[in-house]
Amino acid sequence: MSVRSRPLFAALLSHWRRRPGQLATLLIGLALATALWSGVQALNAQARSSYDDAATALAGVQAPMLLPEEGATMPERVFVELRRAGWPVSPLVEGSLEVDGVTLRVLGIDPVSLPSGVGLPLFNPDDASPAALFLGDGLTLVSTDTLAELGAAEGDAPVVPAGALPPLTLQDDLAPALAVMDIGAAQRLLGRSGEISALALGSDRSRIIAPMDAATDQMLTRSLPREDGDLAGLADSLHLCLTAFGFLSFTVGLFIVHSAVGLAFEQRRPVLRTLRALGVPRRRLAAALVLELAGFAVVAGLAGMALGYVFAALLLPDVAASLRGLYGADVPGELRLDWTWWLAGLAISLVGTLVASASSLAKVWRMPILAPALPEAWHGEERRWLRWQSVAAVTLLALAALLGLLGSGLYAGFAMMGALLIGAALLLPAVLAVALTLGARTAERPEATWFWADGRQQLSGLSFALMALLLALSVNVGVGAMVGSFRTTFLSWLDQRLAPEIFWNAPDEARAGEIRDWLTAQPGVREILSRGDAEVRFADAPTSVVGVSDAASLRASFPFLAAEADPWDRLSAGTAAFISEQLARREGLELGAAIEVPGDTGLASYTVAGIFADYGNPRGQIRIGLAEFRTLFPDVPVTAHSVRADPAQTAALVAEMRDRFALPAGRLIDQERLKAFSRAIFERTFVVTGALNTLTLAVAGVALLTSLLTLAETRLPQLAPLWALGLRRGRLARLELLRMVALAAITAVVALPLGLALAWVLVAIINVEAFGWRLPLYHFPRDWVVLYALALLTALAATALPAWRLAHMAPARLLKVFADER
Amino acid sequence: MNVRRILGGAVAAALLLAPPAAAQGFAGLGTTVEGYAEVVPGRTFSFPEDHGPHPEFRIEWWYVTATLADADGRSFGLQWTLFRQAMTPDGRDEGWASNQIWMGHAAATSAESHAHAELFARGGTGQAGAVAAPFSAWIDGWEMTSEEEAFSPLRLRAQGADFAYDLRLVTDVLPVLQGDRGFSLKSDQGQASYYFSQPAFTAEGTLTIDGATHQVTGQAWMDREFSSQPLADDQDGWDWFALRLSDDVDLMLYRLRHAEGDNYFSGNWIENGVSTLLPRGAVRLEPERWTEVAGREVPTHWRVSVPDRDVALSVTPLNAQSWMDTSFPYWEGPVRFEGSHSGVGFLEMTGY
Repeated sequence: MSVRSRPLFAALLSHWRRRPGQLATLLIGLALATALWSGVQALNAQARSSYDDAATALAGVQAPMLLPEEGATMPERVFVELRRAGWPVSPLVEGSLEVDGVTLRVLGIDPVSLPSGVGLPLFNPDDASPAALFLGDGLTLVSTDTLAELGAAEGDAPVVPAGALPPLTLQDDLAPALAVMDIGAAQRLLGRSGEISALALGSDRSRIIAPMDAATDQMLTRSLPREDGDLAGLADSLHLCLTAFGFLSFTVGLFIVHSAVGLAFEQRRPVLRTLRALGVPRRRLAAALVLELAGFAVVAGLAGMALGYVFAALLLPDVAASLRGLYGADVPGELRLDWTWWLAGLAISLVGTLVASASSLAKVWRMPILAPALPEAWHGEERRWLRWQSVAAVTLLALAALLGLLGSGLYAGFAMMGALLIGAALLLPAVLAVALTLGARTAERPEATWFWADGRQQLSGLSFALMALLLALSVNVGVGAMVGSFRTTFLSWLDQRLAPEIFWNAPDEARAGEIRDWLTAQPGVREILSRGDAEVRFADAPTSVVGVSDAASLRASFPFLAAEADPWDRLSAGTAAFISEQLARREGLELGAAIEVPGDTGLASYTVAGIFADYGNPRGQIRIGLAEFRTLFPDVPVTAHSVRADPAQTAALVAEMRDRFALPAGRLIDQERLKAFSRAIFERTFVVTGALNTLTLAVAGVALLTSLLTLAETRLPQLAPLWALGLRRGRLARLELLRMVALAAITAVVALPLGLALAWVLVAIINVEAFGWRLPLYHFPRDWVVLYALALLTALAATALPAWRLAHMAPARLLKVFADER
Repeated sequence: MNVRRILGGAVAAALLLAPPAAAQGFAGLGTTVEGYAEVVPGRTFSFPEDHGPHPEFRIEWWYVTATLADADGRSFGLQWTLFRQAMTPDGRDEGWASNQIWMGHAAATSAESHAHAELFARGGTGQAGAVAAPFSAWIDGWEMTSEEEAFSPLRLRAQGADFAYDLRLVTDVLPVLQGDRGFSLKSDQGQASYYFSQPAFTAEGTLTIDGATHQVTGQAWMDREFSSQPLADDQDGWDWFALRLSDDVDLMLYRLRHAEGDNYFSGNWIENGVSTLLPRGAVRLEPERWTEVAGREVPTHWRVSVPDRDVALSVTPLNAQSWMDTSFPYWEGPVRFEGSHSGVGFLEMTGY
């Protein structure tokens, strides 16, 4: 005899009809987990593509530029004159062009002379020859967005008054509204024949045979790629941490699903046993259960994706605003997600659900038909499970330690984090069991003995909810420490970096001298610092060489991570250089190492006398004395300056400099305002992280509540005898509350070191592997206290409802326990 | 993505066409020629016009090699090469619309080291090019330029990350035509180039290598060749010798290697400015010793003989590792020889 599908499902699903609250919590748990994961993913994807877009706009050509000192263009012959003198320059022409009602920014390049690593994603690696850009009809490279905006197809050649554009060709990574084409075509279309806008300067100085001013009479100013690169690097690092965080949140969600599904299965044991006894084959029953779970996963997954979308969309304006501030680039204010995002989210929800339910399904599979459907049978299983779990936990923790000692690379870092987290979570029930046993030893009165013993008995049902709480708490501690460290480090670094009150950059050395002279005579001015920037190839990578004056204020605030004795005197004497942490790590350079800096006039040797923090900067940096810099780079004008001034007079000084020397906004910066601006941007990013953190804790609270609610039902047979022995319902309820708070308190104590270990892995391993610099880890004990209180509150809140129900339970229900067979 | 690397590869691929995908010859020199001028026997050469470029032909080169020594008797060699390639046969050479691509190779060799560099440029802007009179050929800062109206004397200079040279080249003889009056046959299928040389320069100047600058003197040899398809499809590469047998006699020999079948040998005997094509079968070039260079086996030592002219030589390199690790890598360096004659020369080997 076999049961047809419909009655089978009706029997299985009737459980949820009777317990809609439990169904809701299962779905909510799963949906929240998916929402956290997909929301973080959406945010990151959007932000990252925005960075990329911003970074590839013309302003993002990552090479030093030579610009005409006056006017927007210079004659093309300057390019040839400098090339003939051996300078590795490449011409660029830019302008805007109205094409079919759309304004395009046109960037004309010469792909043959363009230096390497300029950050323009011009050609897909598997594409045809870049010479295709200028051979035959040539190509116009545009992004998909631009193509859509033009309403054109690939291969079209839109016509403008000056002629036809080269055929449009897709190049996905280009910024919106940017058209890259050969310089010849760009000059023709922009009406700029024989003119160029700028020269990109490569870093190979080995063929220079004449100084720049001897090679051409064109007055040029050198402009370095924007220093915002620093901020982009920091932001990338933050994104990586957000990704890790999204993953952790999802893990927390899976523990919730696991505990909810486990409890639901336990409660359905009589139904399952009856169905098996009625002749439903085990295979069929398991299939039905999997199908049921998959249905839930899809429903909850979709809801979670929608929730994640809403969540990301709510936070995006902040992220977009941050990006606008960081890059001055336009970021689309709305989310654009492709179908793969949805598919990936659903898949992860489905796989997650099945993984989280695997153990419950296995139990159903092995359940003997005739075993009494009693909790004891379940618990026998549970004890064996606990042993295995502890073994697995210890193995995972050992693996984490091993990875920490021997592993290298980003993936090893992530694997270590995963092993650490899961291992610690699996170990929690054992730790709690030990704690409860120790508690029982202190007990003298029977009521206290029961209190501890019953706690142990309850442990199996609660362990997954408690694991979720543990993970949520430790993720909170970890991410909190990381974000806090980020903030502390970044803000103090910002203070050091932007310590001078005024920054200015003269168009040439003569003007710089004039301004310096004038400033020296001003009463509010304390110190004027000059700085020269040049780009070289050091150890086969583009590296900045910065010449700095030795000034009291720099000495006082320079962010050294390590330094030898008298670093500044030796820097001024020209025997020592300071290098950035990234360069030191990348090249394995330590204090006292000898380095050779390739200048325009030859190689210069220095001893590394200091290593300084340069957070976020993807490029290595070498600092040398200003006099040395002038010798090594005689053609690089030293025009950048900062001024230490009386803060009260800064605004007036800036205003007067602007009027007197006609310095445009980009060349004269009130650093106090810049600092406030940068700080505001980062605060916003930190707020986003804070919001994510709170949400994770809320999810863990939901898990605890669901577990307790479902457990309350099954615990009646244990509580009823106590009531019958004379313990009042109110007292029982208070004891329930107390026990839960005790369990949460122990869990929170375990969560603290776990969270700190997590933070350490994030900043000392993952960040170093990904970005080459180590974030100093700061601790925030006040946050721990708050979080501890929060954990207890979460436990209290989750226990409140079941305890209240118990306190107000009709005595008849307690009596009924004795009448029931179960 | 390394734009430059791809560019380097792609432009070189475009310049010398695709890398030897089986039957394409070394550096794609064996590809078809439709639309370009054809190389036929009986061309009349005229100077100084023919020192300048011939854009109607697909490829062309200005190729200088020099064997040098300093006052202490230390030997050196150098190479200065400018390649031109038309990417399309339409003859455009104005501004950015130019269809011409230029490539420069420069190298300096000592017994201990071999340093080289490579450059690319588009035609039409003046970044690279050549003019017949007063003569100049250049790419970026590398140049070979007549000091005055006359072709000689010339200034020759180039520099890279670990070498530099600046020389004055002087000659008082006219160029000599290679092959059959400048028609140089490269295979039995008729592939050919126009080819003339300036074999008898005296050279003097400075050469920097291994971190030291040397005052050097010696001889230089200039090859000029233009063609639209110099190699047959199944020719993998060549071995080329320029040997100064005495003050009066220079010997140019080459072997074009066929993937299958017999190799193609040819050469010219240049005596007192008179160039004579050596008859078929008169040239013998046999590898004597192979050396591992840049991960491959290259015949760096040779036995060279021209029995009709009583020439039997053993040729050895100054530096067996004279490898040009450029977009299309090849071996090029100074050699010396002993036997029936003794002296110095240059050896180029491609397609290994």
